[in-house]
Amino acid sequence: MTTAPTRPPGTAEHTVSAVPSRLGALLRLRELPVTVALIALVTITTVVNPLFLSPQGVKDLLLNATIVIILAAGQALVIITRNVDLSVGSVLGLVAFGTGTLFVTVPGIPIVVVFLVGMLLGALLGAINGLLVTVAKVPALVITLGTLYIYRGLNNAWAGGTQYFAGDRPDAFGALSVDTVLGFPLITLIAIVVVVIVAVYLAGTRAGRDLYAIGSDPDAAKLFGIPVSRRVFLAFLTNGVLAGLAGVLYASRFNSVGATTGSGLELAVVAAAVVGGVAIFGGSGSVVGAAMGALLLTTITSALTALRVDKFWQEAIVGVLILSAIIIDRIASVRTARKLRISEARNV
Amino acid sequence: MEALDAMQTESLHAGDGPPRPRLALSGAVKAFGPVVALADGNIDILPGEIHALVGENGAGKSTLVKILAGLYRLDAGEFHVGGQSVSFRSVADSKAAGISVIYQEPTLFPDLTVAENIFIGRQPKGRLGLISRAAMRQAARDLFDQLGVRIDPNRVAEGLSIADQQIIEIAKAISQGATVLVMDEPTAALSGVEVERLFQVARNLRAQSAGILFISHRFDEVFALCDRITVMRDGRYIATHVTSTVTVDAIVHEMVGRDVGALFPKVVAPVGDTVLSVKGLGRAGVFADVTFDVRAGEVVALAGLVGAGRTEVARAVFGIDPYDRGTVEFAGTRLRPHSPKAAIDAGMGFVPEDRRKQGLVMNLSVGRNTALTLRDRVARFGIINGRAERAAAVEWSRRLQVKTTSQEYAVSTLSGGNQQKVVLAKWLATDPKFLIVDEPTRGIDVGTKSEVHRLISDLANRGIAILMISSELPEVLGMADRVIVMHEGRITAELSRAEATPESIMHAATASLERAQ
Amino acid sequence: MSEPGSSTTRSSPVTPADKISSLDTRLIDTTKTLPTEPKGRTGAARILLGRDAIMIYLLLAFVLYASIAIPRFASPVTVGFLLLDVIPVLLIAMPMTLVIITGEIDLSVASIAGLTSALMGVLWESGLDIGVVLAISLFAGVVAGAFNGFLIAVAGLPSLAVTIGTLALYRGLALVVIGDNAVANFPPGLTAFFTSKIGATGIPTVMIGVVVVALFFGVLLHLTPFGRGLYAIGFSKEAATFVGIRVSRAKFWLYVGTGSVSALAGIYWTLRYSSARSDNASGLELTVIAAVLLGGVSIFGGTGSIPGVIAGVLLIGTINFSLRLERISDVVLIMVTGSLLIASVVAPSVFEALQRWRHGRRMHKTLPQVPASGATSATAPGVQERK
Repeated sequence: MTTAPTRPPGTAEHTVSAVPSRLGALLRLRELPVTVALIALVTITTVVNPLFLSPQGVKDLLLNATIVIILAAGQALVIITRNVDLSVGSVLGLVAFGTGTLFVTVPGIPIVVVFLVGMLLGALLGAINGLLVTVAKVPALVITLGTLYIYRGLNNAWAGGTQYFAGDRPDAFGALSVDTVLGFPLITLIAIVVVVIVAVYLAGTRAGRDLYAIGSDPDAAKLFGIPVSRRVFLAFLTNGVLAGLAGVLYASRFNSVGATTGSGLELAVVAAAVVGGVAIFGGSGSVVGAAMGALLLTTITSALTALRVDKFWQEAIVGVLILSAIIIDRIASVRTARKLRISEARNV
Repeated sequence: MEALDAMQTESLHAGDGPPRPRLALSGAVKAFGPVVALADGNIDILPGEIHALVGENGAGKSTLVKILAGLYRLDAGEFHVGGQSVSFRSVADSKAAGISVIYQEPTLFPDLTVAENIFIGRQPKGRLGLISRAAMRQAARDLFDQLGVRIDPNRVAEGLSIADQQIIEIAKAISQGATVLVMDEPTAALSGVEVERLFQVARNLRAQSAGILFISHRFDEVFALCDRITVMRDGRYIATHVTSTVTVDAIVHEMVGRDVGALFPKVVAPVGDTVLSVKGLGRAGVFADVTFDVRAGEVVALAGLVGAGRTEVARAVFGIDPYDRGTVEFAGTRLRPHSPKAAIDAGMGFVPEDRRKQGLVMNLSVGRNTALTLRDRVARFGIINGRAERAAAVEWSRRLQVKTTSQEYAVSTLSGGNQQKVVLAKWLATDPKFLIVDEPTRGIDVGTKSEVHRLISDLANRGIAILMISSELPEVLGMADRVIVMHEGRITAELSRAEATPESIMHAATASLERAQ
Repeated sequence: MSEPGSSTTRSSPVTPADKISSLDTRLIDTTKTLPTEPKGRTGAARILLGRDAIMIYLLLAFVLYASIAIPRFASPVTVGFLLLDVIPVLLIAMPMTLVIITGEIDLSVASIAGLTSALMGVLWESGLDIGVVLAISLFAGVVAGAFNGFLIAVAGLPSLAVTIGTLALYRGLALVVIGDNAVANFPPGLTAFFTSKIGATGIPTVMIGVVVVALFFGVLLHLTPFGRGLYAIGFSKEAATFVGIRVSRAKFWLYVGTGSVSALAGIYWTLRYSSARSDNASGLELTVIAAVLLGGVSIFGGTGSIPGVIAGVLLIGTINFSLRLERISDVVLIMVTGSLLIASVVAPSVFEALQRWRHGRRMHKTLPQVPASGATSATAPGVQERK
């Protein structure tokens, strides 16, 4: 009784949770559906129209996806904590117009400073969201619906009918979305760096893992001593910073910025995250999945053109994708629950 | 792990004489206002011992556990851990002292992996200050090896069986340096194979000098696993026995040993026709082969341990849950399954066990709650007659003596007893032929309790058939004309009022006779 | 039934089992809560001081202020334009109130209105009779709502996620149906009717229909057994099931309701502006939800009323209209909606937090022995002694 064997003789076996096959793990991967859909879409489109995957075609695909990828990465952070930020389109609009204004009113301003100012403005707007959500304990859906309006209204009041065009901005700034390294546009590389950083943070730091715990069971998270409010606040703040970054890049990528820049974008962003396997009620999913979701949604638009399908189908397809993502999730959880009930059955 | 090693050396060096207890509680008192939940709690847990704590529902076991867990503070009494006097202010204090409580249904994060659930907030770090998954996995595997189980540390917690969840909690406790494990009815929701696996874990821990307090209703398990048994009754310590020197009968006698007859105002009413007839009812994984009748004027008690499937049967009968096989006949006609509306229309009522979540809509007013079952009856051409609705609510509140100054107050403002009266009122208002009452007096003060008992008796007198689920033996013995005992989803005994004794019910509920054979 | 206080001589200490042993309270419920202080009022006071009444006072006060302070406000013309503007929101807010009271949400309403509008345009252009066009368009709304209802009530999917999906889907279908065309040549008699007024009052004729819809949902919510059930569902689905309320069925029909009324709003929109386009009414779901929440419906379900919501819709409409008279641009006005929305949800939480704080202080005084949950462990004497 006094000596503890390193491996007790009575090792009980358990079949249900024995080490699973690698295939099983792959099949359970939340990013699998979006990956399959993306590959299928690209393959089919390329077979029909080989120009789709030409170097120029790929560059266009990436350029179109860049902004949504950054926004989806930030949104994934927020959704994983069982919240949502609908104000990102408005934040992006404000920052994009601010960027245009900066270049016009402060001639010769260094581009780096513009990026910093843009991200700082985004941080401020995100912090307001985070503060309202964590202090007032009201669903983020409602709060960010309100700030969506307010930020957009600010943008309208500020811009009025003014629009700034690419000609108002330095060539080097516009070049960010034209020049490529190894076939990747510069702004796309920025997006990839963002995704990698957020992915490492989420997967590799205690704070990042806390976000999953919070989304998985907020009450339990509080019980385990996780600083729930602080983490959620930081998620909103970070999302604001990324929306700010996306706003600056928007001004580089697109010709004009004005009062309505970025409106309606929030839907595409939430859709990208959900389609990419980020569970709408938090706790699971990844930034990489969200980025793939963004790529899928923007690729659909290009593919429709390449396939000569009426471009008007695009939004309906987005809707179908969102619904499919939720239904796939639901089927999986119902199956788990049923399996559990039968396996837990006593001798009945 | 280091903690366990340290403990081992400590117990080896303890030298002569009896080993020093890892934890000792004596003369513990805990009261909530006028209600004394624990009048005299005593327990001592030795290193390398599995110690059973047994007693009826309400014997004070849970209060004692909560004191150990740091959730409650003692009003009086001595509490020593490792020889030091302690007074916990929080769960964290208890954990720091090396005590870990494993609950029946642990809280895990369903979306995180097993390893992460063990180490959340304490994940081992590798290079660059990032979490080292490999180290975390290995640490989890080492813990499972130590416990002698195999669980894949990489799988997510969602879909794990309760048994596995408990083992993960134990692994977590060990990794945090726990030396005393308190298992609060861990086996209530486990199957036979899983129970054996949990026992193996407990024995492995005992071999490593941990002290384990094991709370269970199942005597076969207690006798198979534990070294000593402590019995409690009515908030008091009764006795501690070395397992090998005591019998099941002696323990049962100590648990229930008191006179219960005269407390309940039971009047045996004339029994009428069969109202409810349940035949061969079954639901995969929940209950099977349930057959019984309830007749007008009769109070039938459904007894058994928590988790025996009593409430589940009642829910299926009432149509809240579906069932796979069997039939429910009500007053001679088959009742549509899975439809509470059909059950209510036929004349059934259900006073559920969880008043706050199931019995009442807490934020709604007293009046609206009372009239909720009447919403169709007080309507004319589909429009509710507000005056009739209020009148009915006032009338039934008055008849049941619900103490509230206004029908407009949210029902959450009432005391537990008055809330229960509102639940009863809303069903009595429908003029039911058959009423299911699930733990009707749980959490109710003594005075109101006897009022509720009298009421139930009175209803039976008026010819209403009553199915009462109760975990309180005195209530069952005092109120019931017949007692049906369930164990693990099956009926194990049907006893007449004469046959029903604390011993006969307890034996059937724990199936100790059946298993002994 | 009979007098209380019989000879209960049970001397053994009774453990309130649910206070102590029930599992759901095992860790979380470490602090005992005092029952919430009575806050119900009776009779007239309840009606005059309730949240609905406050909304109505606010509305009246604002109308009064605007009539005095803003020139040109107090006129039949104002009434006419104001009402014509708020009708779509007012219509959709009615069934939306019921949906939110049950604790669900419908974000797809504006897309259904857009889809209806697109359908009307295409069908009318194909030469169908206007009656048939209207019937088919309305039916499309019913089907769209039923699809939402099926996914939410029958398949059990979360309404927020489902209706974000159908928001995109229905708007997308509107685009598929009509593309970027606009159809404008609806029968002049009909479009004129939709902007006509009742005599000299300035009240639009279609308000009669709107009042009918509002009455329908008001009666349904406040005066029928079905409506009683909705509140119960919003507070506790389980408690509702136990009294025989058919939760799934009720939810399904509510979504059919939002779908149908959204279709009506789409028809109104098309004929009022005499223009069928795929982007008609886009973004309207946000205004509707803002108005409903401002009108006193809790986003968590269980509370709210039709009169309150009507007051909320009219308040937003009136504020917007008067600011417009003050020459504040339309696009800036959405800030007002946003701020009102946030204020309406934050205010109760702040109020509640204040109450909890006061309640906590009182608890501290009356029950000093109750341990505060998560008390700082560093100060625990037991731990200190061990060191």
